[in-house]
Amino acid sequence: MAASPALEAPETVDRQGRRWFYRHPLVIRLAHWINAAVLLVLLMSGLQIFNAHPALYWGATSTFDTPALAITSDQGRDGTNRGVVTIGSHTLDTTGVLGLSEEGGTEVERAFPGWATLPANQDLATGRRWHFLFAWLLVINGAVYLLYGLVSGQLRRRLIPDGDQIRHLGGSVKEHLLLRFPEGTEAKRYNAIQKLTYLVLVLGLLPAMVLAGLAMSPGVDAAWPWLTELFGGRQSARSIHFIAAGLIVLFVVVHVLLVIVSGLVNNMRGMITGWFSLGRDRESAR
Amino acid sequence: MILHRRKLLTAGAGLMGTALLGGCDKFAGTERGQRTLQVGEDANQYVQRLLMSPTTLAREFPTSMISPWFKPNGTIDPPDRAFRSLVAKTFSDFKLTVDGLVQTPLSLSLADLRALPARTQITRHDCVEGWSCIGQWSGVPLADVLKKAGLKPQARYAVFHCADTLEVEAGPKGGGKGRGQGASLWRPTHPGAVREAYVQLAAADDWGGPATATDAPKDDWGQGDAAPEPEPVGTPIRYYESIDLYDAFNPQTILAYDLNGKPLPVSNGAPLRLRVERQLGYKQAKYVMRVEMVESLAGIGQGSGGYWEDRGYEWYAGI
Repeated sequence: MAASPALEAPETVDRQGRRWFYRHPLVIRLAHWINAAVLLVLLMSGLQIFNAHPALYWGATSTFDTPALAITSDQGRDGTNRGVVTIGSHTLDTTGVLGLSEEGGTEVERAFPGWATLPANQDLATGRRWHFLFAWLLVINGAVYLLYGLVSGQLRRRLIPDGDQIRHLGGSVKEHLLLRFPEGTEAKRYNAIQKLTYLVLVLGLLPAMVLAGLAMSPGVDAAWPWLTELFGGRQSARSIHFIAAGLIVLFVVVHVLLVIVSGLVNNMRGMITGWFSLGRDRESAR
Repeated sequence: MILHRRKLLTAGAGLMGTALLGGCDKFAGTERGQRTLQVGEDANQYVQRLLMSPTTLAREFPTSMISPWFKPNGTIDPPDRAFRSLVAKTFSDFKLTVDGLVQTPLSLSLADLRALPARTQITRHDCVEGWSCIGQWSGVPLADVLKKAGLKPQARYAVFHCADTLEVEAGPKGGGKGRGQGASLWRPTHPGAVREAYVQLAAADDWGGPATATDAPKDDWGQGDAAPEPEPVGTPIRYYESIDLYDAFNPQTILAYDLNGKPLPVSNGAPLRLRVERQLGYKQAKYVMRVEMVESLAGIGQGSGGYWEDRGYEWYAGI
């Protein structure tokens, strides 16, 4: 085994002395962008489905009077309507966004606003169609990515921290927090935090999302009762599905921010063409 | 060069985003779009049926897990006159009709049904909206009723005709123009919205309103020989659902008359409610008056096999 598998990636130096390496193979690039689009549709159609019964519970069944989370609207003391998010016994006024929002100048009582749902208007049936079709695309795209990643060794190279990375995990966390990004040869591999985050997302969060979704299905529950049980019941599975969606949104927000601050053009070029710049060849000039 | 490329990328991403989000609703509005979107749900049915057999049972729960309140949804108190008069006599006049592609059409009273071997099961009811309740259902297995009637070889689906009006179509009865195409006076968009629709219904002047106990029974379900009264406004669309033989002959598929050891309340579908435990709540037809065996769903409602199915929901509700 090579000291660092990342060194296997093709590398070249252009006439200006800039080092380039082929960071993302075609399959990974395609899988990445398909995944991005599919997750957006799944999120928005998922919020549409949530709006049909905007409350979450724990266990097998719904305890309607005591939801774990609910997005509703009520009348404030001054008589005006307000949007309210209730988490346990805490309430939050979310007028304008959650529970009560404006559509074309009129107040609408709905958990997530029209701009966040697919379709924009209240339409559970069409929301479900979008959701299930794109859930299949997520699964197929994910399977292709995983299969390719395993066979090509890309998965191990990308997601498993190397020995030296684990030994210097503390330093890596500090570098990450200070937004100090590696250059040169070290930029050829993801740092430990990146690898662990992608590992949790790819092998933890996304599969858990799919399984929790399946656990809500009465048909799957009949065929595989252990799956719904694994999530603690259908309503728990629904809550976990919702929480996992929130974590994926959080990941995407942080991911996009880091893509921007660590070099938007270079990162985007890398994920579109595959080629990533390692900067001027300081190492050989030294 | 770089700046130019950056602008191009930003503009491209913005354009793609707008096209995606704006275009999605437009795409879903076309017939081709709907058919494309349906591919996912067709795959659900195909794969789920690979995972189970006709006799696979839904999970049953211990008595301790029964929900203290079984949420009634959709229709909770049918305003239909004929139904009100059945309620007034605690369903002693009720007859379940079994007809269509059967050897011997049946007409069964509640007493007849209760005299047949019963099945009791504690199962979880999963609404398409997302909530769940656990209840104990007792009733007669549909398979026993169908065996009693004897199926003709062409019979492929059981269609359930119900007593509750969900929608009143504008225009004269039998006009049939623009079914479900915005011609209705009111129309719920999902099961939970049915209640609001009834409020509107009750407020409408020309609707007969909930009838009193003295109203004469009306023939709506192919029993008796009373001629239907002219409807005050348009054509009532009553709930209908259908399942195929794969589900009809599952041991857990029952026509339930008891909930939690007591006669089924009207809000939960009295006198008879279908239980198809491997599917979502909208398949569990309430106020079942007639089981019709058919070869194809083409002639039922708008042809998709059920009230909600004709309004965009999937016929196979296993997910």
